[in-house]
Amino acid sequence: MRPSIVQLVVRLLILGALTVILQVTAVSQIEIFGTNADLLPLVLAAVGLLSGSIAGACFGFFIGLFLDLALVQTIGVSSLVYVAVGYWCGRFRELRDPQSALVPLAVGGAATAAAMIGYSLMQFLLGVDGPVSFLLAREILATVLLNAIIATPVYAIVRWILRPALPDDPRRRRRRAYTTGGLSPLSRA
Amino acid sequence: MYDKTVRRRRVVLGLLVASSLILLTAYFGESAGGGLHSVQRGVLDVISPIQEGASRALKPVRDLFGWTGDTLDAKGQLKDLRKENDALRQQNVTMQAQLRDDQQLRSQVKLNETAGLADNAPVAARVIGEDPSLWFDQITIDKGSSAGIRTNQAVVTGQGLVGKVSFVWTSGATVTLITNHDMQVGATVSDSGVKGLLAVDDGHPTQLVLKSLSSQDVVKPGQTVVTSGTLSKVGRFPSPYPRNIPIGRVTSVDDPGQDDQQAHVRPFANLRRLDIVEVLTKADRS
Repeated sequence: MRPSIVQLVVRLLILGALTVILQVTAVSQIEIFGTNADLLPLVLAAVGLLSGSIAGACFGFFIGLFLDLALVQTIGVSSLVYVAVGYWCGRFRELRDPQSALVPLAVGGAATAAAMIGYSLMQFLLGVDGPVSFLLAREILATVLLNAIIATPVYAIVRWILRPALPDDPRRRRRRAYTTGGLSPLSRA
Repeated sequence: MYDKTVRRRRVVLGLLVASSLILLTAYFGESAGGGLHSVQRGVLDVISPIQEGASRALKPVRDLFGWTGDTLDAKGQLKDLRKENDALRQQNVTMQAQLRDDQQLRSQVKLNETAGLADNAPVAARVIGEDPSLWFDQITIDKGSSAGIRTNQAVVTGQGLVGKVSFVWTSGATVTLITNHDMQVGATVSDSGVKGLLAVDDGHPTQLVLKSLSSQDVVKPGQTVVTSGTLSKVGRFPSPYPRNIPIGRVTSVDDPGQDDQQAHVRPFANLRRLDIVEVLTKADRS
C-alpha cells in the first residue's frame, strides 16, 4: 500500500472518530433555531467530494459503525445509510467535478437530507413505532437548512485536514495546467 | 484500467453494503449476550471515558451556544408569555365572575328556601346597567315584561332586599334600590317585632334608617331588620315586599327611648356589587 493511501486512511479514521465524538458529546446538545446540527453527513459529503466514491463509501461505513456502537443502536443501520451517502457524494465529484463555491453547501444539504430520510426509512422498515408527521418533516427540513449554513466552513476544515494526504486535487491540477499552458506530462514535472 | 477501477469501486461498494446488511441481520438475530452486543459493550467501555472527557472539555462551548440560544429564545418566550399572561388574566376574570355568580345564585336559592320565596315565582335576572353616581339608587336588569316582570315587584338577592321594579319594557327593567330617597319600606326588627319605616339615611347614601318608632320600642345594635309585608288587614295598601325578607342589621340607635328615636341600618345586600338579582313576580299571599 502506498504511503499516501496509508496517510489518508489514518487521517480519515481520526477525522471520523473525532467527528462522532464531537457530534455525540457537544453538537447534538447545542440547539440552534430549535434544532441540532448534524456534522456527520457534512463531513461525509466533504470526504466524498475530496476523496472520491470509494473513500466516501468506506468513510461512511466506518462512521456509521462507530456511531451505532457509541450510541448503542442497531449495528449496521447508520453504516448502510452513510455508505450510500458517501458513495453518492464521491460519484458526484467523479462524474461532474463541480467547480462552484456553492457545491459544498448544496451537496452538504443534500447529503443531510438523504441521510435523515434514509435513516428514518430504515427505522420504519425495522418496525420502530413513530408516526410520519409534519413534526418529523419540519425537523428534517430545519436540520437540512442549518447544515447547509455550516456546510462551507465544515468543508474547508475537512479539506485542510485531508489536503496533505490527498493524491491530487483536480482543481489544483487544472489551475497548474492553465498556468503552465497544458496538461502535458512535462508540466507536472 | 478504467474497467479495473470501475470493478474495484463496485466490489468495494458491494462489500460495504453486504457487510452492513450482515451486521444488521446478525445484530437483530442474536440475543443481548451475543457477539455483536459484546463488541458493542467493549467499544463502549473504551470510548465512554473519551466521551466523558470530551463532554467535560466541550462544556464551555455548549454553555456558550446555550447562553446565546437562550438569550435569543428569551425574547420570543417573553412575547409568548405575555400573550399567555393576558389570556390567563382574562380567564381568571371570567372565572371570578362565574364564581361570584355561582355564590349569588346559591345564596338566592338558600333565601328562597328559608324565606319561602318560591311561592312568589322568583325570576332571576342579570344586572346589565348601574347608576354610576355616588347616590347609587337604581340598576337595570336584563329581564322585562316578556318574563312576567311588572312595576312595583320586589327585587332581592341572596343577601336580602334590593329594591323594587320601577320601569319595565319588553326585555328589561329598571330597579329602584332601597337607598333611593323616594323609597320607604315597611320593616320589622325580627327578634323584638318592633315595626317602622325604613328609608335612606340622609347624607349616607349607602345606609338606611328605621323611623316611625315609639319611645317604648327597644332597638339595639346588632338586631336584624326584615320586611314586614302588608300591614293593613283590609289590604287596600298592599306592600310590594313579601314578609321576612332580610334587609339589614342595626348599627346604632339615635336618641334611644325617645319619641324621635331612629335606628341606623346597614343593608345586607352589597348594592354596589350586584350581578344577579331575583324579581318576585307574584305578590305575597299573606
